[in-house]
Amino acid sequence: MDFALLRDAFWGLTFDGLALGAIYALISLGYTLVYGVLRLINFAHSEVFMIGTFASLVASGIMGVKVEDDPRTGWKMVLTLLVCLLFSMAASAITAVLVEIVAYRRLRQRGATKLATLISAIGVSISLVELFRIITDSLPREFPRIMDKTFLFSYAGADIRNDKVIVIVAAGVMMFALERFISKSRYGKGIRAVSMDETTATLMGVNINRVITVTFLAGGLMAGAAAFFYILTYENTSFKVGFFLGISAFTAAVLGGIGNLKGALFGGFMLGILETYTSAVFGTAWKAVISFSILVLVLLIKPTGLFGESIQQARV
Amino acid sequence: MRLEIKDLHVHYGKIEAIKGISIVVNEGEIVTLIGANGAGKTTMLKTISGLRKVSSGQIIFNGEDISKMPAHKRADLGLSQAPEGRGIFPGMSVLENLEMGKYNRKDRKIEMKEDLDKVYHLFPRLLERSKQAGGTLSGGEQQMLAIGRALMARPKVLLLDEPSMGLAPLMIANIFNIITEINKTGVTILLVEQNAQQALQRAHRAYVLEVGHVVKEAKASDLLNDPAVRAAYLGTGAH
Repeated sequence: MDFALLRDAFWGLTFDGLALGAIYALISLGYTLVYGVLRLINFAHSEVFMIGTFASLVASGIMGVKVEDDPRTGWKMVLTLLVCLLFSMAASAITAVLVEIVAYRRLRQRGATKLATLISAIGVSISLVELFRIITDSLPREFPRIMDKTFLFSYAGADIRNDKVIVIVAAGVMMFALERFISKSRYGKGIRAVSMDETTATLMGVNINRVITVTFLAGGLMAGAAAFFYILTYENTSFKVGFFLGISAFTAAVLGGIGNLKGALFGGFMLGILETYTSAVFGTAWKAVISFSILVLVLLIKPTGLFGESIQQARV
Repeated sequence: MRLEIKDLHVHYGKIEAIKGISIVVNEGEIVTLIGANGAGKTTMLKTISGLRKVSSGQIIFNGEDISKMPAHKRADLGLSQAPEGRGIFPGMSVLENLEMGKYNRKDRKIEMKEDLDKVYHLFPRLLERSKQAGGTLSGGEQQMLAIGRALMARPKVLLLDEPSMGLAPLMIANIFNIITEINKTGVTILLVEQNAQQALQRAHRAYVLEVGHVVKEAKASDLLNDPAVRAAYLGTGAH
């Protein structure tokens, strides 16, 4: 245990935790959106994220960046980053929508139980993981360094690295856009209406299936963005990346109160910071232990999460 | 405009809830379905709006058989329902609840202000509370909101499910006054009610339902003076 590190590098760790938390928050939005509308934990969401990381890898290849290359500069760098981001978002969104249509929609229309749908979710998750294990020969893949990573400035002993600033700012923009979409747009209102009262929403003329598709699309876009931010920061991915990130993001959603968007954001940032602190004290090997412990504790002590609201109340 | 239900059968699992009901609602009428609990009144409305599946029979609206049409499309045709239990979206403001009534209207942006004004004129209370969350309203206010929201869709036929349920007598009279007022603006109304006294006073025609059958059909004013109906649905027939 090394509390001295936590004390000395406190602000630096907090900053790193925020960057990690932004990624968790983006993924956990997908869990929470789908739960709000379907009352279902979409266990395939972690693989939606995993596919996003590989999409960035493919996009970097298309843009002609190689692992041994020097980082790009200027407009070329911005363009490459944007293409990777959009590729990841598109791939994850398409995956999410397809998963819904293939694995959930038909079960729902036959009036299957929640348990059947949950098992279907786990099945899809395992299939996608195994598919990517075969494609990648079980090996991790390296992501080329597109941008030169430099320290922008130091604040209170914390070195502020440019890529993490980008992650935090860009994630903030995404979250803001999603919040606007949910609260102001027609489909956003449809999503909220379905999550509060599906029957009445139908009477208002809401096409439930379309709203569900839009929900998965929105969750997929966020997970895809998270996937790009992840691979930009950590510069590698593998077929099992979804599992660990997914568990943390799911924990974040439960921590904030699943079904609640603000809760997912808060839970994501909080978990990111907590994991970074505890990794500094106990060592990074303990990271997964920390998330699982938090998950179990929240479920035992306050299953509705920190922003816990009863099912009947507003959640977005 | 005419809503006609022909020999309708509806099942809940193996139990037949509607056993061959035929009713007609003509343009401009208030038609009420009265009957005891379990007579099938709410099931009728749910089947007309598409929430329950038809086992057999037809629902003809404007000459078109809509009995197989998905519920969300029926709303577009001009069938608008204030559902049982009111169905207010608790976490949405009063204004957002009203906006939901227009969810599928093509011209919703153009119509919005005009229709909001109409609803607020009908229910000034909703204007006062327009920013408040729907879940915080009183029962009477929620009923106003449910009816107002249904009106936002510019319905041809308004389906009202037990609007008096759980309300104080004064609020009941108030709600029924407004229902009459809405009808006078040209909206046809199909009203399901336990409060037969109020319903029969306001309606033009009525059907009496008993365990999935229509047992009587008549002018509402005639039923109000019918001794059998008075005994069964209007207390002991005193006063």
